[in-house]
Amino acid sequence: MEKSEIINKGTLVYQKPALMNDTPMHYCPGCSHGVVHKLIAEVIAEMGMADKAIGISPVGCGVFIYHYIDIDWQEAAHGRAPALATAIKRLLPDRLVFTYQGDGDCAGIGTNETIHSLNRGENITIIYINNAIYGMTGGQMAPTTLLGQKTVTCPTGRDAKLNGFPLKLTEMVAQLEGTSYVTRQSVHNVAAIRKAKRALRHAFEVSMQGKGSCFVEFVCTCSSGWKLSPEKANQWMEENMFPYYKIGDLKDE
Amino acid sequence: MGKIKGAVIVNTERCKGCNLCVVACPTGTLKLSETEVNHKGYAFCCDVHPENCIGCASCAVVCPDGCITVYKAKVDDATE
Repeated sequence: MEKSEIINKGTLVYQKPALMNDTPMHYCPGCSHGVVHKLIAEVIAEMGMADKAIGISPVGCGVFIYHYIDIDWQEAAHGRAPALATAIKRLLPDRLVFTYQGDGDCAGIGTNETIHSLNRGENITIIYINNAIYGMTGGQMAPTTLLGQKTVTCPTGRDAKLNGFPLKLTEMVAQLEGTSYVTRQSVHNVAAIRKAKRALRHAFEVSMQGKGSCFVEFVCTCSSGWKLSPEKANQWMEENMFPYYKIGDLKDE
Repeated sequence: MGKIKGAVIVNTERCKGCNLCVVACPTGTLKLSETEVNHKGYAFCCDVHPENCIGCASCAVVCPDGCITVYKAKVDDATE
């Protein structure tokens, strides 16, 4: 059977999510952001919430997410996405409100906003992309950078005495009374991506049911910041990130 | 006994040549182009062995840029 015949007679198995438009993404080749964007677009479409979803975009690599997914978006000041999400969700409680933040935004400058929004139990979902580095500004040390990991601002590796320890934000927020669903996922292979999609959908559903805040961390790669090929970056993540940032649900109430 | 055959269409202009689909493909269907690049200068992904494709969509799921569309069809042995 020829390729054209399969395409004409066969069934469509997979295509770019309908909510994702044709604007070329500015991310580096192999960036995990693209996969997470696809999951968000798929989950919102499957839930039938395209007209009711409002996303808050961060400052960081993910800032231009509003160019790529055709739902309503609001851009927040650096780290202040959860505060904006709180306001939107309180004014429009029937909307699916979520923030999309990197580790610099969510665990760095915006830690305060993140923790207090989750502690108040706002019915929002925070999507947290942890790639252990400041990708957009050129690969500086982030709060989440692993001990011994080399970056532009710690060229000999992160030292706990000088720089402290990598921040496990997900474990921290799991302790809060306001959070309902806290999970850590990754998108490095097909099985992980399918699992991450189910987790994301569960988080959106829980926040729509008004049960409390949801926090979904994605352990991601930054092949440019780590100075590895996308394939090697995935391997590096499995070997170094997963032992410290353990994948799985931390809280599901 | 029917068997499943797949086909992929790659949006070569959107592709950034990250190679993740090539790694994810279980049948060696895909490879990055060695002779051509797209208008951005990336060596894009090609289905060099389209006959191997089983339509599992692993390549499309891992593609960060959503460049790959996958179809599959059941083939009867008689028509093979």
